[in-house]
Amino acid sequence: MTAKLEIKSLGKRFARNEALRDVNLSLAENEFVSLVGVSGCGKSTLLSIVAGLLDYEAGDILVDGAPMEGPGLDRGVVFQSYTLLPWLTARGNVEFALRAAGYKTKECREIAEKHLALVRLSKFMDAYPHELSGGMKQRVAIARALSYRPKVLLMDEPFGALDAMTRHEMQLLLTSVWEAHKLTVLFVTHDVEEAVYLSDRIVAMTLGPGRIKAEFKVDLPRPRPASIIATSEFQALQQQVLATIREDIVAEEV
Amino acid sequence: MPQSKLSVARRALFTTGGTIGRRSFLAISCGVFLLLFILWWAATTSGLVPALFLPSPGSVWAKLAALSADGTLWGDVGISSYRIVAGFLIASVMAVPIGVLIGSYRFWEAALEPLADFIRYMPVVAFLPLTILWTGTGDIQKFLIIWIGTFFQQILMVMDNVKRVPRDFIGLGRTLGLSEFQLQMKIVVPSALPGIWDTLRITFGWAWTWLVVAELVAANSGLGYRITVSQRYFQTDVTIGYILILGVLGLVSDQVMKALERVLFPYAKGQR
Repeated sequence: MTAKLEIKSLGKRFARNEALRDVNLSLAENEFVSLVGVSGCGKSTLLSIVAGLLDYEAGDILVDGAPMEGPGLDRGVVFQSYTLLPWLTARGNVEFALRAAGYKTKECREIAEKHLALVRLSKFMDAYPHELSGGMKQRVAIARALSYRPKVLLMDEPFGALDAMTRHEMQLLLTSVWEAHKLTVLFVTHDVEEAVYLSDRIVAMTLGPGRIKAEFKVDLPRPRPASIIATSEFQALQQQVLATIREDIVAEEV
Repeated sequence: MPQSKLSVARRALFTTGGTIGRRSFLAISCGVFLLLFILWWAATTSGLVPALFLPSPGSVWAKLAALSADGTLWGDVGISSYRIVAGFLIASVMAVPIGVLIGSYRFWEAALEPLADFIRYMPVVAFLPLTILWTGTGDIQKFLIIWIGTFFQQILMVMDNVKRVPRDFIGLGRTLGLSEFQLQMKIVVPSALPGIWDTLRITFGWAWTWLVVAELVAANSGLGYRITVSQRYFQTDVTIGYILILGVLGLVSDQVMKALERVLFPYAKGQR
């Protein structure tokens, strides 16, 4: 089976700073992979490159076997900032993406409503972004990114700006959506618990220059209830990933 | 206790970032107008200030009423309004697209931003003799002065409005596969529009100044022209009356544009 997303010996520089060196990563179909690491390790840079929003100097990126050429509809992106267009309603924001993807007006409406229902926002379809909470806005953004069926979903710390309670709710929601609809996801986060809960595999990055340090397979059963966090397997893995990242924090402080 | 509540409310008016009710706001702002009016009235009726320097409210009102009755006032307001609307529209129609280009594309920024910065520091008043030489003393010269005074400021302010469009909005448009033109029309311009409207509102206020300056120097009609004529005959009642009219026209146009902003961009409330 070919990989849905393949990153081969990727290198990236910002002026004199080497941001990424020899990054190799491949995502199988319907695999949920999280990138974790301390700030500055290049995990968001890597995601932006895969999204086609940043240039890179070395390496190759293949989406579904084909070389990636700039941004495109085969990769959906959910940004950390709520990128809802303020002059459109929740439904309008999803329809905006669908129209860009070439769907007909009638289809747009149907698909938008279906996806807003999926993130449990049927009652807020006609609300404007300024009338929605942070969590609701991000749910619209997820519905929007899912609606046009990208091959890969890229998420850049999507819950980073939310409070702890909402964040937890969003993780449950994302898991249930993912378990029901299976999709290849590359998820950037600095929250290890979040990474363990959501992922099939966790990739820990390190800095100076940014590169992959270790990979962890998450063998927890699915569907994953919220209570799984309290199990010893979960906690053990979480500690293991944390320890790997902590080495970088200590190294930085010295 | 109700008493302590009252003191909190009263203190809020003099606390950094305090809040105020709509009624209190109106009462205070109208009070200041009224106070100034009473001062004006007292200073003139008591004879403290000679009528030649500062005529009384009554005589200014009488003069304005007379000029209104014989149509002079309305003629002046009409011609000046025509000039400012036309001049301002010419400047804005040119400035908005150019400002969007400068704000979006580094080529246009490098080509035009330093130039606009250079020109906007040239005093508009210094162009008066040149504009008269180039275009005579007709309406075109008024348009030209308004244009010089507002266009170069507008393009820089619109550029700034466009640069404030969140980077992720543009990233979103790109990931949706929008073309460069679609990105501009569907994301950049709508996103910057409330800010651009604000820019237009602010620069419209400046345009009034440039219009009157142009009419003071060379014109045979309009509000500024009437002020110059009144000065020639020491008719300070006309001068003061017309200055007040200009203030009212400015205030009204500003309020109209603010009200339109609330209608056109209801979603922008509290975002900027």
